[in-house]
Amino acid sequence: MATVETATRLLTTSKAISEAIAQEMERDETVLVMGEDIGVYGGIFGATEGLLATFGPERVMDTPISETGFIGAAVGAALSGLRPIAELMFVDFFGVCMDQIYNHMAKIHYESGGELRVPVVITTAVGGGYSDGAQHSQTLWGLFAHLPGMKIVIPSTPYDAKGLMVSAIRDDNPVLYFFHKGIMGLGWMTPNPRATGPVPEEPYAVPIGKADVKREGRDATIVTVSLMVHRALDAAETLSGEGIEVEVLDLRSLVPLDREAIVESVKKTRRLVVVDEDYRSFGMSGEVITTVVEGAFDYLDAPPVRVAYPDVPIPYSRPLEQHCLPNADTIAAAVRGLVAG
Amino acid sequence: MPDTDTLLRMHREMVRIRLFEEAIQRAYFEGKTPAFDIAAGPVPGEMHLAAGQEPAAVGVAMHLRPSDAVTATHRPHHAALAHGMDMKKLAAEIFGKETGLCHGKGGHMHLFDKETNFGCSGIIAEGMPTAVGHALAFKRLGRDDIAVSFFGEGAANQGAFHEAINLAALWGLGVVFVCEDNAWAISVPKTASTAVANNSDRAAAYGIPGVLVADNDVVAVYEAAGEAVALARRGGGPSLIEVKTDRLLGHFEGDPQLYRTKEELETLKERDGIKRFERRLREQGLLSEQDAARVWDEAQAEVDEAIEFARSSPYPAPESALVGVFA
Repeated sequence: MATVETATRLLTTSKAISEAIAQEMERDETVLVMGEDIGVYGGIFGATEGLLATFGPERVMDTPISETGFIGAAVGAALSGLRPIAELMFVDFFGVCMDQIYNHMAKIHYESGGELRVPVVITTAVGGGYSDGAQHSQTLWGLFAHLPGMKIVIPSTPYDAKGLMVSAIRDDNPVLYFFHKGIMGLGWMTPNPRATGPVPEEPYAVPIGKADVKREGRDATIVTVSLMVHRALDAAETLSGEGIEVEVLDLRSLVPLDREAIVESVKKTRRLVVVDEDYRSFGMSGEVITTVVEGAFDYLDAPPVRVAYPDVPIPYSRPLEQHCLPNADTIAAAVRGLVAG
Repeated sequence: MPDTDTLLRMHREMVRIRLFEEAIQRAYFEGKTPAFDIAAGPVPGEMHLAAGQEPAAVGVAMHLRPSDAVTATHRPHHAALAHGMDMKKLAAEIFGKETGLCHGKGGHMHLFDKETNFGCSGIIAEGMPTAVGHALAFKRLGRDDIAVSFFGEGAANQGAFHEAINLAALWGLGVVFVCEDNAWAISVPKTASTAVANNSDRAAAYGIPGVLVADNDVVAVYEAAGEAVALARRGGGPSLIEVKTDRLLGHFEGDPQLYRTKEELETLKERDGIKRFERRLREQGLLSEQDAARVWDEAQAEVDEAIEFARSSPYPAPESALVGVFA
């Protein structure tokens, strides 16, 4: 469990992220931030708040609405010695810049036979639940994780958000850093107590590729990421009152995937529920289940279950969207069914 | 007007590029006759040769130093060699060998050279934003290096063209955008793809200098590029140059070119930029027949050595395909 003995200071996730970036910019002159509304506005979801005032417009660059242009520029700048952070405002906007992301950023290190490095961090907001419709609510991490060459980082807590951002910036590889709007602690989103938490002031790194047990349990394992970690923890509390002790494993990154942690947890609990806000088919949930089938098949007491976003575009109307999203109740119901079976 | 030494260097550069590509072309068709199989022979895959376009690359690259960044396209050999890429490593990469520039993982459309800060992209226009980023880094790091982005006239209708030039102009970055207008986007002529006659006119849309080099003449390119490079190097921002050049061959090797007449292809051969330039040097008394012959012989020897190096080099271990995704 990612406990912090000394930290009593509480931060929202968005403040934890902007603090991590600020401290890395302080430490390393080559780090710069670019993106739409990341300067004066501080990032639509607050991930770059305060940076412009501290570091000025040369290093905190508001860009035109030109994702191919500035993400491509981030790639070129990385090849010539900078460590750019580029914000893709919503992950849903990948369609206008995907060539730079997966044909260039992700491949140049490999294509060059290892001669070149592309230390770019792309930060991007994901997730729905607030009626933003089909083009502003997706998570899509499964899609990116499918493509070789990018690390896929998905924090769920303020503590992890800071430490993973530090690691992402220091990494010599391209990193996609997905922050869920619902975990940022924004005043204009539905309040989420878990979006605020203890964060040490001094810089620290959380390693990329290490899953974290957010709650220990013996009866079933829930594997998930991001806001669904919060939902799973809510479900686990309810289930505990019924005598079912659930282990909640927060993957924290999909690439690299901590397969060992998944297998170890399932060997202990013998039951698996994968919760994913991303589309159900061909994604994270399938990969996690495959990992267990390959690594702990004989330990399973029941077939794995997944609670995931159905394979439909995300609808606008509140009852429609809420019907599709996993929540603490549907997660708890899935666990009950699995344990009873 | 460039001095004699520069003129003769440009001649030598163009000759060695031409001979290199002719050697690659011969190797490419080994194992591909009588039936053409794109996957067969010592050089598999698509092959886009730049014969005819040497003036565009050489006229620009003469102004560059190895620390300047160059991004090029799916048709990259002339730009790569002109910018100083090691010919042996280039040849070995094209042959898919361990000693290749990218140890066999890149191939002819995906060449990346740390020594000359060279990269290319097989995706039309998508190398352009990368050049902007190189120039951004140079500015941030206080270096007076610049970036050159080569692209074809077909690329000028892509969004990345607009985004890259707008950003470079907005941020005042040292980028020279060089449009190699060979009049053909595979089989589609420029007249059927582009609403303006000259892409250099599009520079006005970004408030930057736009220069048309109306003839496939290395000296004209040299002079236009000289100004653009100097402007970029002194912090004066980007320029857009369009060079009306010629694609003497098909889009790729094996292209039957049904969209061009035999007469058109013959005309192109007649106005081959290298031939014309050599004739002019001879007429001006700057290059004797003997010296010309020696240039071709020496270039051929260098090319032969590079091809031999490529042929005799080992293939990479097959399992090396599975490593190197991450640094």
